[in-house]
Amino acid sequence: MSESICIARDYEFCAGCHRCEIACSLHHEGWIWPEASRIRVFRPFPGVEVPHLCAQCDDYPCVETCPVDALTVDEKTTAVIVDAEKCISCGNCIDACPGDVPKMHPETGKVLICDLCDGDPECVKACQEAQYNCLRLIDERRSVNRKLFSRHPLDVAKDLAVKFFGEKGEEVV
Amino acid sequence: MPGGYTGKFLEVDLSREKAKEITFSDEVLEDYLGGRGLAAKILVDRLASDWPKVDPLGPENIFMAFTGPMTGIYPGSRTCCTGKSPMSNGMVGSTASSEFPNQLKTAGYDGVIVTGRATDPVYILVTDDGGEILGAEHLWGSLGEETIKTLNREVSAELTSRHPRTGLWRDPGSIYIGPAGENMVRNAAVMTKLSHAAGYGGYGSVMGSKNLKAIVAYGTRMFPRVHDPDSVKSLMKQAHDIVISGEVPSRRTGTGYGGYSTGFGMSSEPVRNWQEEWHDRRSFGGPMFETRYWVKKRWADFNCSRACLKVSCIKTGPWKGDITDNPDYELQAFCGPNLGIFEPEANIHLTTVIDNLGHTGIGLPSTLGLAAELYQRGILTEEDIGFPLEWGNPETFEKLAYMTAHREGIGDILAEGAYRAALKIGEMKGVDCLQYTVHSKGIEIGAHGTRSDADFLAHDISYSVNVEGGNHTSVANDGYQENSRAAFSDSAVYCHFADRRVPQELTFQFLRSVTGYSTTVDGWRRVQGRRIITAQRALLLMGGPDIFWKPLTDDKNPPRFYEPLPSGPWKGKTTSMERVIMRRNAYFETLGWDERGVPMKDTLDTLGLKNLESQMAKLRE
Repeated sequence: MSESICIARDYEFCAGCHRCEIACSLHHEGWIWPEASRIRVFRPFPGVEVPHLCAQCDDYPCVETCPVDALTVDEKTTAVIVDAEKCISCGNCIDACPGDVPKMHPETGKVLICDLCDGDPECVKACQEAQYNCLRLIDERRSVNRKLFSRHPLDVAKDLAVKFFGEKGEEVV
Repeated sequence: MPGGYTGKFLEVDLSREKAKEITFSDEVLEDYLGGRGLAAKILVDRLASDWPKVDPLGPENIFMAFTGPMTGIYPGSRTCCTGKSPMSNGMVGSTASSEFPNQLKTAGYDGVIVTGRATDPVYILVTDDGGEILGAEHLWGSLGEETIKTLNREVSAELTSRHPRTGLWRDPGSIYIGPAGENMVRNAAVMTKLSHAAGYGGYGSVMGSKNLKAIVAYGTRMFPRVHDPDSVKSLMKQAHDIVISGEVPSRRTGTGYGGYSTGFGMSSEPVRNWQEEWHDRRSFGGPMFETRYWVKKRWADFNCSRACLKVSCIKTGPWKGDITDNPDYELQAFCGPNLGIFEPEANIHLTTVIDNLGHTGIGLPSTLGLAAELYQRGILTEEDIGFPLEWGNPETFEKLAYMTAHREGIGDILAEGAYRAALKIGEMKGVDCLQYTVHSKGIEIGAHGTRSDADFLAHDISYSVNVEGGNHTSVANDGYQENSRAAFSDSAVYCHFADRRVPQELTFQFLRSVTGYSTTVDGWRRVQGRRIITAQRALLLMGGPDIFWKPLTDDKNPPRFYEPLPSGPWKGKTTSMERVIMRRNAYFETLGWDERGVPMKDTLDTLGLKNLESQMAKLRE
């Protein structure tokens, strides 16, 4: 168990502005491209926003399952690094991920997974600059809890809807 | 091609069930930008020659949902919904914020143009692969909440299954109508998200007249490239920094603190159908909403750091489960003091009801307020309505909102909007009801009165000469400065709240860096902006088929705005008629219109609107 950084998400504070996606795609793709962002905000019902990104599971099932060794773990940041040259777009990592986090790039078809921007994530900066404070970078001892943050966005949304709207929340998502 | 555009528009003919892609020349795009401007150009080109005969609720009308070159790139993305207005019989560039416009852009389209009329209810799905017309029988009649939920679920599941093993596809962006739009309630709104609405102009009923329940978009492409990316990135940061630090409207309170302070502090809030504009009910203060009901205190749309919206939820009692984003000031005022309601919970409830039905949050409660005043005066009776219509009773107003959405009983008359309802009831009862009707050019006026002259946006001629009638987001203040600015944000298509405190020069630099145009603030004011407003004025004066506005006679404020204020610190004060006339003359002169407000031949020539000359010549006689 090593020290590492982690992007913590306080869903209640997500304003749904998608500026994290803009920051991510500006950094990785050179221009605004929400669907090629490594973080994507789901909104199955207005007000219920779920920023969806890799949680760096302690056992990395995606890395384990990759048939061509296209995924590796960055020693410094613990992020999953994709070697797009090797990726064969098989989708095994999506199946293996407990939260269905990975998404194929809309143009290249290669898988997209958050690389933590080498330790200084752009999405966190955008969220912090706007003082929304939904995404925060924290130092956290690695633990089994990490994997529990990797959940299907609709499951997260169902919980949030009840938290925000009480009983009515059970109907809206 | 200029930057910021995808270069393509999707045109869907619902009668022939065909979709095609169309383009506009670089010159047209530079002259009109997009949104309100480009839509005015299309209406002038396609419909102006026969304008008075075009039924806004007939298949011959065109419904447009447009972005602009700055949409999604400048903070606060919006969609401009427009066509011939069934309220004013002119044209209103009505905008609403949501994720629909950025989904449209990334699907490869700058806008959607809808013509004709579908035989059965449909919705249009726009993706990277083009436009599809899909059945909407299962959505017809459904309330806003249900519509959003179903569309989100249905479309994301469909796209995930169309693209196996690519990962999760999320919810799309959409604009839709509620039962009010379906039943062609004349002032019905185009809705998006929960209470985001393109409300002015009545374009929800235009969608309804076409049997069009929704337009849904999901795009996966990169945003359109811009002319100077480094400059745009730097300007984005500058604009965001100002918006984040700015306090108008406050990031903390949104506009949701205005329900008390606008009435108490500025005497410009509608109280009981504008019989008063002042109230001192602290029960209606912002903190009363915030403490108990705001479950999300900063809510924004795509690329927005303003976050003026608040999500409210009622968690106990008979209205448990009501959810709305806000109410913002307009809904607070109109579903509050305007109906004699001063309780936040009743206000949130009515807001939820009205948005769910797809009514406009200004026009419908304004019409209900008129009905309540007519009841107060004994003009409308219990027999006419079916029950007593007392001020302050949320249940009866709720009932009337449903009746109006479904055109039941008196609701069938109220569904024509305040102005036409007043004409009809006046005829039935032999009374002049227009004296109690607060509208301009058939469009109910926003919750900013002119009488105290203390409001921050509405004064003397704000509405009287406004080409968009009662639209408080594009008023004719300060000569023509504000109008020019609104025509810009509605045509470049971004949220006008996201440019408060941002120097106008910065927004124009933004446009230049995005597009590569050389447009300046001054050039816009003198030429492009004036061209758009002049085209709108011409369309408004051409009017028809049911109502034709008379220059000058109809360029006044409603009678109520000349009555003395009956209460508050500005008691006795009213709008100065002399000042209205003086400012009106100056306004017409600035725009190059004659003393009756008809655009002059020279003006039309200079602005490239020669094809409007023959019809304007008739009006000048």
